[in-house]
Amino acid sequence: MFITNTETLPGKTIIDCFGVVSGSTVRAKHVGRDIMAGLKNVFGGELRGYTELLNESRDQALQRMTEQAAQLGANAIVNVRFSTSSVAAGAAEIYVYGTAVRVE
Amino acid sequence: MIAFLGFITLLLLGFFVGRYLESRHFSSIRQREAELVVLPNTSSRYQLIPMQQIERSELVTGSVVISIDYFKRIVAGLRSLIGGPVQSYETLLDRARREAILRMKESCPGACQIINVRVETSSIYNAAGNGIGSVELLAYGTAIYGQVQATNGL
Repeated sequence: MFITNTETLPGKTIIDCFGVVSGSTVRAKHVGRDIMAGLKNVFGGELRGYTELLNESRDQALQRMTEQAAQLGANAIVNVRFSTSSVAAGAAEIYVYGTAVRVE
Repeated sequence: MIAFLGFITLLLLGFFVGRYLESRHFSSIRQREAELVVLPNTSSRYQLIPMQQIERSELVTGSVVISIDYFKRIVAGLRSLIGGPVQSYETLLDRARREAILRMKESCPGACQIINVRVETSSIYNAAGNGIGSVELLAYGTAIYGQVQATNGL
């Protein structure tokens, strides 16, 4: 599966379009996941545990989008966008969407 | 009295350790930016460098979550009383964005260029629910692999 965030797939020709596909994950936004987070709130700096959580949820959202595109018979997703939104206090969503296409 | 001493200790710790960690992070960012200047990126959807042959292209991402230190948080809180530029958050967002873009670049060794770069920002509120505790940054773009066309010194 080719995934890009441009309108076309560089070096390839789009022959069929299947419409918008999307994937999302909701995760609890709490820095308490990181044992060091309390200290980091004093010293400042990267919250590694939280970066990992963000990476995992991003990959999962991409995975869900890819599965949806594969079901439609697509072999590429173009014009992919990420979006984050807070659903409730302490919870946030990562939403990824794009256009499923077939390329040569 | 003890609470006040604790507050002062946190303030001093935040000021000195936070400032040290930030300057160390900035020097690391500058060094890596200089190393990765060979991999150009653009927010334009058109290719920055003409390519002779494109092998493949893929979505690349880089993300980071960075927290502000205690001293800066207090300063920013005071600043919001009188208004004006909040420098402590400016540096926080600046280093977070640059770090996210660097991680995106580091995730695709061998690529010729990254086009259509987008940066997504969101904040994580602290437990009390007031003010920015930390920010999460997500940078993404399309990395292009292949052979670069020979140009005349451009």
